[in-house]
Amino acid sequence: MSDQLKTEKITTDLLRSIRLNKSFLIWMGFLGLAFLICFGAYGLQLKNGMVVTGLGDYVSWGMYISNFVFFVATSLIGMLISAALGLSGQKWAAPLARIAEIIALAFAAVAGLVIVMDMGRPERLLNVIIHGRIQSPIVWDMTVVTVYVLISTLFLYIPLIPDLKICYDRLDKLPPFARNIYKLLSLNWTGSPAQKKLIKQSTRVIAIFIIPVALAIHTVTSWLFANTSRVGWDSTIFGPYFVTGAFVAGSAAVIIAMYFYRKNYGLKDYITDYHFDKMGQLLVLVSLIYLYFTLNEYMVPAYKMKTSEALHLSALFTGIHAGLFWSVQLFGLVLPIILLLFKKMRKPLPMLFIALAVLIGAWFKRYIIVVPTQEHPYLPIQNVPLSFKIYTPTLVETLITIAPFILVLIIITVLSKVIPIISVHETIEQLEENNQKD
Amino acid sequence: MSEKEKKPRKKSRREFLQDLGIVGVGTLIGGSAIFAGINYDKRKKQAERVKVLTAENELLEIEKSDTTKVIKSKLENLTYLQKEGRDGIAGRRFVMVIDLSKCRNARKCMAACNNAHHLRPEQHHINVLKMQESHDTPAYYMPKPCQHCDNPPCVAVCPVDATFKRQDGIVLIDNERCIGCRFCIAACPYSARIFNWAEPIKSVEDEDLTYNVELNVPQRKGTVSKCLFSADRVREGKLPYCVSACPNGVYYFGDENEDTVTNGTTKETVRFKKLLEDNGGYTLMPELGTHPRVYYLPPKGKDYPFQDKDKPEAAEHLGNS
Repeated sequence: MSDQLKTEKITTDLLRSIRLNKSFLIWMGFLGLAFLICFGAYGLQLKNGMVVTGLGDYVSWGMYISNFVFFVATSLIGMLISAALGLSGQKWAAPLARIAEIIALAFAAVAGLVIVMDMGRPERLLNVIIHGRIQSPIVWDMTVVTVYVLISTLFLYIPLIPDLKICYDRLDKLPPFARNIYKLLSLNWTGSPAQKKLIKQSTRVIAIFIIPVALAIHTVTSWLFANTSRVGWDSTIFGPYFVTGAFVAGSAAVIIAMYFYRKNYGLKDYITDYHFDKMGQLLVLVSLIYLYFTLNEYMVPAYKMKTSEALHLSALFTGIHAGLFWSVQLFGLVLPIILLLFKKMRKPLPMLFIALAVLIGAWFKRYIIVVPTQEHPYLPIQNVPLSFKIYTPTLVETLITIAPFILVLIIITVLSKVIPIISVHETIEQLEENNQKD
Repeated sequence: MSEKEKKPRKKSRREFLQDLGIVGVGTLIGGSAIFAGINYDKRKKQAERVKVLTAENELLEIEKSDTTKVIKSKLENLTYLQKEGRDGIAGRRFVMVIDLSKCRNARKCMAACNNAHHLRPEQHHINVLKMQESHDTPAYYMPKPCQHCDNPPCVAVCPVDATFKRQDGIVLIDNERCIGCRFCIAACPYSARIFNWAEPIKSVEDEDLTYNVELNVPQRKGTVSKCLFSADRVREGKLPYCVSACPNGVYYFGDENEDTVTNGTTKETVRFKKLLEDNGGYTLMPELGTHPRVYYLPPKGKDYPFQDKDKPEAAEHLGNS
């Protein structure tokens, strides 16, 4: 096959997903309906107050905050795959960069909404700007998350510019207004050497800049907990502990997305077994680091069993949270590491299930970090109803917790319907480079 | 010299008219002045004089007729209360001393507090806890209000300056500003804060009240509430609600600067430093560096038994170890 034909095939393959089809409409209809139901639940919370949740004066942060931590965590993967691996010359990750960036942008943008859902007075959100205090970690968090969303948008958009031009050129069946949007957004891209150099340079600058910002968003999120004198939160390793945990969750999310894109968009030639194998190795690596931090986080206080820590740890190890705690460690961390050591398991289908287990485990891990600590304050919980002593999430609260997931799926689905999820021009460039080497 | 020049000068018609005018106006002014003077005198005799206190704390005496009643709008009242509430009382440093050897778990403090701040019965600004440090040490009752820390973790983490530390040492919460993030609840090691999860119980009755940050009434749905050291009572020179309500002489309240505290039951005023010195006063969890303004006297020589029925609850947080 000549180069011309190959280029032609790549372009056609990668642009094939950009069209409206029945399955997309059904899927979006389903997501839209589910979102409406969950949004109705939020309406109840707005009307009646947060009494619709299972929260109380002692466990005052529950599923919403666990959700927030999870969303910020998952969004870090954009930085790891597109920036860290890209800058260190790991070429295999290049076709996954845009998938990782879409996931990063969707999760980071929705994380901002998740925190608003947890507020008792969401209509006073602007107070954070009007009366903002720089000393509060919440203000740091809002600042860095906003910056990360902005940079992630740029990180997705700038390398996309040549592809937008290709979309404009090739997708002549689209209605004119849609093509004009592509034209407008491609900013008069002609593919001149000067333009190519500009894009390359700016992508590199953003890739370097996004690394500290991504580290900052999750470190600051961990400080929301570590900066309090609470047993189970008062830990100096929370920053790196959260960041490595974030890579575990994000890698799992990317693997799941890879599986569905490959299957639904017919991208078997672009997202290959090789990519799954590599992602499997990456997941093992980050999981091992996370396991090491987890061991430190529980092992060190458990050896000493200080009075205040003992209650908290025994609730986790043998008490009411033991089932969840050990399931999370086993199915979300230890077993996936062992399984992924085998090459047979680093194939698309087994990895889909492993990644799902890791991702679910990652969510409950946040729950385990956020909730049990509050059930064991320094002073005993007395003279309050039982519901204040043990946190039990309600149905309404669960629906409100699901809403952001639906929103993320909507964003990811829409984005991958309007832009090629693997960079067309980079794939072609890669092909040309390989040919030159031969 | 001409005849004309010798003749005594006669006023011309014009000049005459001018003079007449001056005399006329003069008479009129003079007359009015006299009239006004007499009138003024008359009024002066009748006038009722009143004393008024200016915003700058100056006492003035003026005629009652010169005063106008200032009808402030709700917003103006709120602004005034908010400013006053944030400033605190100059020159004061309020402290509380809780004598654990006296507390018999009467819970009159809790009732008075809930009543004053319109709280639900299951939520507390002050909570009497059943405490036991270890299995072999005696159990005792411990009232626990907000510790009004000098290094308050709650104030540090608040993103909007809704909870704040005043110059007189009191930590307040402004529920007109609170966004309901509950970071302060998470940060407080003394579990001193509560949240209005639902519509507050007296929200209908309190609808027309202007919000007083020193009382935190009316309570608002979706905001945090906490012990205020009864800042509204303290401003009037009275003892806090809980302190006055105690039948057992548990509480002392006063000013560190004056080195005096007053017992809410006996109304006896004693030296603050000496009270701590003589009875081994201490603060809760000093290792956290929060510097509480609430001091405790140990449960030494209690003249009452710790009730048997409360023993399991007191031992609960000791675990099975």
